[in-house]
Amino acid sequence: MLRWILGGREAQGSLEKSPVLCIGEEQPKNCFTELQVLKGHFDIVRFLVQIDDFRCASAGDDGLVLIWNIETGERLQELRGHSQQITAITTFVCRSDVTAHPSLITASSDRTLSLWDPDTANRIQTISDLQSSVKCLLVLERLSLWVSGGEELCVWNKDFQLRLTKPMCNNVLLQQTNLKCFDLNLLIVAVIHRLTLSTDSSVSVSEIHRLSEHQDQIRALISVNDGLFASGSHAGELILWDSISWTTQATMHILWEESQASTQTEIRLGAQKPSEMSIQHLSTNGKLLLAAVGSGLYVYNVVSRTVVAYRKAAHDSNVLHTTLLSDSEVMSCSEDGSVRMWEIQDLPLPAEPASAGFFGMWTFGRSSKQSGPQSKKVVDIPNLRTLELTGDLIGHSGAVQMFISFKEKGLVTCSTDHLLILWKNGDTQSRLRSLALFHKLEENGGL
Amino acid sequence: MTQSANAVSHASLTNNTMIGSPDVVAFTKEDEYGQTSPEPWDLPEEFSVPLHPLADSNPWAKTSYAKFTKDFILISEFSEQVGPQPLLTIPDEPKICGTFDLNYFSLRIMSVDYQASFVGHPPGSGYPRLSFVEDSRVVLGDSKEGAFAYVHHFTLYDLEARGFVRPFCMAYIAADEKKIMLQFQELSLRFSQASECLKAGNRRAFAKELQRKLQDLEYTHSVLQREEGLQREAGPQCVYSAHAVEKANELANVEKSIYEHRDLLKQICSYHRRPRRDPQAVACRRCMTECLSECEELLDKYAKLAEPVSHSEKGGKGEGGEGWLDDSRGEEEEDEDGVKRRPSYTPQLIKAKSAKCFDKRLKILPELCEGTFYEAAVELLKETERSFRGDLCYLHTRRLDKALRKNLRVVNFLFEEELDDNAEDESGTLRPFCAVNHSVDNHVHLNSPHIVLGPDTTQLHPSKPQDPLNVASETSTTRQSELGLGESQLESSPSDQTLETQESSEETKGSFSSDKSGLELAEKRESMASMISEGPDPDSDLTPEPDQNTDAGRESSSEDVETTAGEEDDGDHERDQTPVSLLEVASELDDCDSLNESKLLPPIDAACCMPQEHFLHEASAPDTMSSVQQNSHPKPSQILVVNQEPQALLPVQGEYTVGSPCSESPPTSLELPVGLLGDVASQTSVEEGSDCTLSASTGSDRAASPLGYGGTVTLRERKKAGQGALRFVRQYPFAMQALWCLLRGRTLVVIGSDEGRVRRLVLALALFVPSPGKCGERVQAWLSCPLTLTDLLRWKLIGLQRVGSPVGSSLLYSLSRYSRYISILDVDMKTLRCPPYSGRLLANIADHRTYIRRGSTFFLHIQSTLCRLAARAFLFTFTHHLHLPVSPVEGQEVVESRRRSFLQEQLGLDKGDSQVLLYLSQLITQQYLWPANRSSFSFDYTTSVLYKI
Repeated sequence: MLRWILGGREAQGSLEKSPVLCIGEEQPKNCFTELQVLKGHFDIVRFLVQIDDFRCASAGDDGLVLIWNIETGERLQELRGHSQQITAITTFVCRSDVTAHPSLITASSDRTLSLWDPDTANRIQTISDLQSSVKCLLVLERLSLWVSGGEELCVWNKDFQLRLTKPMCNNVLLQQTNLKCFDLNLLIVAVIHRLTLSTDSSVSVSEIHRLSEHQDQIRALISVNDGLFASGSHAGELILWDSISWTTQATMHILWEESQASTQTEIRLGAQKPSEMSIQHLSTNGKLLLAAVGSGLYVYNVVSRTVVAYRKAAHDSNVLHTTLLSDSEVMSCSEDGSVRMWEIQDLPLPAEPASAGFFGMWTFGRSSKQSGPQSKKVVDIPNLRTLELTGDLIGHSGAVQMFISFKEKGLVTCSTDHLLILWKNGDTQSRLRSLALFHKLEENGGL
Repeated sequence: MTQSANAVSHASLTNNTMIGSPDVVAFTKEDEYGQTSPEPWDLPEEFSVPLHPLADSNPWAKTSYAKFTKDFILISEFSEQVGPQPLLTIPDEPKICGTFDLNYFSLRIMSVDYQASFVGHPPGSGYPRLSFVEDSRVVLGDSKEGAFAYVHHFTLYDLEARGFVRPFCMAYIAADEKKIMLQFQELSLRFSQASECLKAGNRRAFAKELQRKLQDLEYTHSVLQREEGLQREAGPQCVYSAHAVEKANELANVEKSIYEHRDLLKQICSYHRRPRRDPQAVACRRCMTECLSECEELLDKYAKLAEPVSHSEKGGKGEGGEGWLDDSRGEEEEDEDGVKRRPSYTPQLIKAKSAKCFDKRLKILPELCEGTFYEAAVELLKETERSFRGDLCYLHTRRLDKALRKNLRVVNFLFEEELDDNAEDESGTLRPFCAVNHSVDNHVHLNSPHIVLGPDTTQLHPSKPQDPLNVASETSTTRQSELGLGESQLESSPSDQTLETQESSEETKGSFSSDKSGLELAEKRESMASMISEGPDPDSDLTPEPDQNTDAGRESSSEDVETTAGEEDDGDHERDQTPVSLLEVASELDDCDSLNESKLLPPIDAACCMPQEHFLHEASAPDTMSSVQQNSHPKPSQILVVNQEPQALLPVQGEYTVGSPCSESPPTSLELPVGLLGDVASQTSVEEGSDCTLSASTGSDRAASPLGYGGTVTLRERKKAGQGALRFVRQYPFAMQALWCLLRGRTLVVIGSDEGRVRRLVLALALFVPSPGKCGERVQAWLSCPLTLTDLLRWKLIGLQRVGSPVGSSLLYSLSRYSRYISILDVDMKTLRCPPYSGRLLANIADHRTYIRRGSTFFLHIQSTLCRLAARAFLFTFTHHLHLPVSPVEGQEVVESRRRSFLQEQLGLDKGDSQVLLYLSQLITQQYLWPANRSSFSFDYTTSVLYKI
């Protein structure tokens, strides 16, 4: 791209090593034509939480939680109190009769949990005598409870009173535990190699079922809709579960194999690092399931149980966070420092990629019981579509950890380079500014 | 001109004395002035009196017979000893006046003595009256000399002078009569300010002098009274002796004198209460209130003092006299005191006969007006002189330009140099000039002193040079004792202290102490040492002075101020004038390299606050200058007192040492800015200097963008930048694309290995950066580390160092990473990578084959183009329907298409040009909404093309 100025190929080597598609500078579909850099963190910013439709909170390894107005880019509040990095953050809506007042729960490596008021930056509650640091948080709104997960599972009520503690039976380090509420009183706890299903009625947690289908560490877990949830493992297994019968609905092993016909396949498979097919993140809109697999993306339709689209080398490096913006729009961010926007498009010639550019995906019928529903799955995917890159956002100089889309108001990304970037639609912004200009003009009564 | 200014001008005319001398030019008729045309510079024909009607054919010939080359300001005095004499010229340069006879001209202007000011004893009044005369303003012409002058007469008070007044005048002398006539209002305003400043200082000095004199008199009175008492004790037979009668007469004289001086003090203190007829004489309100309160205190004090002194009181109120005596001896004892007790003014014995004689030395102007005020006034006049440089046409243009620019604040920031913000009070109100800078409350008066003579300058100058004469009596280095040092010098007003009085006072003291018993003396010393001077001393039979010691603390605090600002002793000039001379040096230094000062010069009367701001600004950091001041600055006050030929003695100020083009061409006294701008490439170093000095008076220089951090840019640099830009345009065929990138807000990175080359190019290209910031904040001339996103947000033009690996590779990686946001101009390879430009606008300024050969011409050409662009952007920004729907049913697409058609059809802009306009409009919007820089970074996704030569 810049070879004329680089004077050699070496510098570009890292860029060109993997055959990543490059969209170039002409991006007509990319509407983010304005950016604002939000400074304030001193370390990696890992989490972003949307508070309401114009505020978001960012938290990172510096222990700070900053609250931003994404319309103006102002820093509204600074929540100081944690001495170590923040490991989990979630919003917690305190519902009174009329109003719903959002507050923030943060967990930190200093083994404290805090409840904050984002309006005043007050630390409303603090619990500091935890046995272990909390790795994840889950709010069960209908029960007015929230759960913290780490090496032990704790259930709290909304007044920060501990209702229950249950140590996890397996002394495994919970690298990434995901908790998700399915039904009123169900909890899933994902642990390594196992899914433990617990029930929670009148605040008691008991193990209902243990799902041990995964061969490797479970990395991601998501509830797709009322009847289904999905889990992804480090080894690239993506399993779709029925949340009532606890049965496997579909199992996919994504290997990102380029071509089965190739003789080198076996070697490649062996040489392939597991991280290249590790499922880092799952996102869904109820119909489609989007998995970040290594540096690639994989879209699965849970209704028709078919693969919709996939792209192995969607990024130069591991994809860290994904979002389905709509049925056809996908956004992903990666360790390579970029955010990419994709569109699920029909293949111009559907027959070709289906036959040639094949991928290592098997559909396993793990249990014989499920052979029935799985029988529909076939290797030849009739309506396979493609993920087309429509735009990328380059700005961060480190891995983009996470992003939140505020729809037309913009997009916030956070990164290891300590920055947040607010991406906006330049046209919309300029219209808003014009509006403000004429408003001010009117107020001033002329120039 | 605003309404109020009109009113002022009208009112001021009523004060003008119309003098029937043939050489006095009629300014205007009063009745007609009421309906002046809206353009004040456009005076009716009848008011301009052509000097040599035949010479009018050549407009430049008009001034050719003047014997001086430049306008200047002359201050002269009608001395009661030698008659009219010039005191100083501004600027202080001998060649300013050329062959012009200052003495003669002083005679002329002083002979038009202004008012029949009555001085002396009015009939029916026992005491001499001070005459409160308003200033008078006349325009004089001397056709033989080819000189015209605005002459401002004013009087200053001097206790030693005849009738206590000394007439002075300040004159603005120019060769162009019309210039004076048309600038009359402003000249009048500025000279009034200077005059007010001088007079304010003078009143303080006068009051102080009176105070001293009163103390002297009262001391004398007490001494005489005691002698009389002694005589009476000695025996009744002595009472009627000739000696005794003489003594009694003397006593009566002294008493009368006390009454007279007290009355004078009352008069001078009532100055502020008197209604002013002169509308332009506006004084600083705080000065006035302070002055009033001081005066009241002073009056209180002396009203008590002047109670007829009788022997019956002496027992009770003896401590006053004792205090005096203590003070007279106290200087030696001060160090032993430990406590920082300073004696107040030491009164002197006055001989009965007044020392009014012809051989006495009259006070010089700085003494009359106190150093601070004098320097401030001179500074004011200097600025006046500076701001009136250039011919009428130029002044007019500049004024128009400035007025226009004030109206265009919304778009000014784009390509024009920032106007100063301190022109806030544009309401046309007169803002008084205040020599002591009352806008800053940097000094605190502890308990309002008797005479506040200025700011407490010691606070500003903690490290004043010690006066070697006083070091002996001075061991403590604290400020208090330093003030005491000043105090010891303040023994008497210098004109009082003739040799005789000193001697006589010595005598009296000697005889007096011999009269007293040694015991008593010792006792007194002891009492003084233990600081119980307040206690009444029953032994003392001296003249009572009830207040003297009770307000010793107050006295001392007042003396603080007095000594620092109001000291008038000759040896003390350097100290006294430290604050102001610092300012002078600072301004001189600044004069050469910064435009800040000079562009402050306000041609519009509303801006009379500016000199003050300037002052303030300078005064805030004087410490750094002090070393400069000590060794380089001439002591103006000592030089300024010149009896005969001021121009021969005045030092050549650094400011004017470099020859200016106009001095090289003597026939035209008025410099033509066009000539200055016209040539750049062939400027010699001499002219480089003239660039600096005259940058103030060059109108078009303000349009460039300053470069680099911190400093503003001189005209010279801008012209150089214009030259560089021209070279760039001629050298690179893709210059148009590069300029387009800058104008549409796409960051341009100039990469190269040669620092000088890159820097030069950046400087040249910086002319095209819209809204470069006050100090060129958006331009980075030289950077040698990899780019980051924040850099891109901050700078719009970056000079980047091309370095070898490994730093270079990361640098280049950053370039390639952000390549979508930047355009890259490679100086070494002579390539440019940027989106293609489609438009015609820039073909005009970036013409590869331009016929323009001179940088400054090109610079002006750029400016005019950019100016037009800014105007269009303004129009575009503030046209409502181009941005917002006119009706609620209208969609955004309709607005969009309307905007497009406006840009394309009405403004005739192609896509690329529209982008430029949109960017400028965006800048204007942001500036209007959030003047405090709230930066967001806009870009678009287009492919770049690589251009090669």
